[in-house]
Amino acid sequence: MNNIAAIFKKEFRSYFNSPIAYIFITFFLALSAWFFFRGFFLVGQAVMRGFFTWVPWIFLLFIPAVTMKLWAEEKKIGTVEILMTLPIKDYEVVIGKYLASFCLLGVTILLSLSIPITVAYLGEPDGGTILGGYIGLCLMGGAYLAIGMFASTITENQIVAFILGIVMCFGLLIIGEDIVLFNAPNWIVPIFSYLGLGAHFSSILRGVIDSRDLIYYFSVIGFFLYLSVLMITVQKWR
Amino acid sequence: MIEVINLTKRYGPTVAVDNVSFDAKSGEVLGFLGPNGAGKTTTMRILTCYLSADEGTAKVDGYDVFEDSVEVRKRIGYLPESAPLYTDMGVIDYLKFIAQVRDIPKSQRSQRIKDVVDICGLEKMVQKDVGELSKGYRQRLGLAQSLIHDPPILVLDEPTSGLDPNQIIEIRNLIREIGKEKMVIFSTHILSEVSATCSRILIINDGEIVANGTPDELAGRARGEEVVHISIRGSREEIEAKLEELSLVSDFKRVKSDDDACAYQIVSQKGQNTAEELFHFVVQNHWSLTELRQEAISLEDVFLKLTGNESATQPTDV
Repeated sequence: MNNIAAIFKKEFRSYFNSPIAYIFITFFLALSAWFFFRGFFLVGQAVMRGFFTWVPWIFLLFIPAVTMKLWAEEKKIGTVEILMTLPIKDYEVVIGKYLASFCLLGVTILLSLSIPITVAYLGEPDGGTILGGYIGLCLMGGAYLAIGMFASTITENQIVAFILGIVMCFGLLIIGEDIVLFNAPNWIVPIFSYLGLGAHFSSILRGVIDSRDLIYYFSVIGFFLYLSVLMITVQKWR
Repeated sequence: MIEVINLTKRYGPTVAVDNVSFDAKSGEVLGFLGPNGAGKTTTMRILTCYLSADEGTAKVDGYDVFEDSVEVRKRIGYLPESAPLYTDMGVIDYLKFIAQVRDIPKSQRSQRIKDVVDICGLEKMVQKDVGELSKGYRQRLGLAQSLIHDPPILVLDEPTSGLDPNQIIEIRNLIREIGKEKMVIFSTHILSEVSATCSRILIINDGEIVANGTPDELAGRARGEEVVHISIRGSREEIEAKLEELSLVSDFKRVKSDDDACAYQIVSQKGQNTAEELFHFVVQNHWSLTELRQEAISLEDVFLKLTGNESATQPTDV
């Protein structure tokens, strides 16, 4: 616990010691607000559906940018050599780093609450769907973060980690989309639609938090964190 | 304290460390000496649990580096080559981070940090960010982080690289000081450094240990031999064929050959009047002697001989 806390603190501070956190928060808030309010006044309804459909796509670009440095940078400048020779288990480092990136995401999501507050001021939105949507965002963002961090363990180049992260998140997002499912062979459709990140998100968006969706997101996060630990361990055998 | 048995590490087809065995006790300063790419860093990385070996075992304080890796890491302070540090952290924040992961009780942390800052001469830098430090100070900070938990074993990979001569002397004194009670393993390719600080030297070449002994032993080993530089005018093939036959010559190497003369470095056992014998040898064969001189032998020669680095007749020194 102590080790995880130490890693968490170091990583979380490092986000705020560098411009990454500020750029991430500012651009995310600006972009999501713009996409949301662009349509909001045209429709004239106090719903946040537009926000929640846009954000997964914004996350797709932004989250790999947050996670790309987690391992790639350490490997590039060699600090991983000190880090991995400290008396600390591989999984503790992985979890510490993951939690730090998750908290940065948490801060960002918290700051975006200005949107539902505005909506609530202007009309009477359904609190349940908004709460559901926010829980969905955290889960979805959490899954993206785990995937992005795994991408970062593969390479020592941050750009490669960024692009790999986008590709992997995108892949997992679109396999559940209708356009893929229509063209996929029949037997694979249920698998794809179960694995797709987006499908589970839309069912949470309806305001129903089903344990199956929770289990799905936690499994994705757990699976990619496990892969990251595995990757770190394997690299000792290079 | 440290026991290394038949360690082998391969990177693809290249063998970085080949069947290396040695041991070291507390109170010893062990110097790893070898040319670049000899396997010094790889050996250290295996000892510090950063890499896993393909074959063989290493034990630190009775703990296996593969099975009880965390226990091993607790006992080792490690400064990797070129002291990689987080440039976006403050100097004190960095030491606090290491102290926390190293499980130093909260009440003692600030005292330990103060101690290592004193030892490594970082007082003026505590307010700065790591990124603002010069190479020498980064090296010191790297050393500070490796000392913070007062480890019984210190592993330093080229600790003096990038330092100015004054700092080098300081670091060497520090290593000697620490080595009185603890074990220090450090690598270098500066020869005077090992003879100045080490109680034992391991010379590594191409992943193998080619020599293991105290500086005196190794120099003594060299002193058992004589090196004579000789220049002979005559046919090269003939001279070399005759040299091969000569029983007093244990080894020879052509330094230069042109139309005029061939120059050789001849190694032989001490106390055989090699120079005189060679003179007679040249006369008997009706060649002419253009140069004959006795050469001094030192640790540098041992190093060059064992590592087969023939081009570097003038090893660079500090």
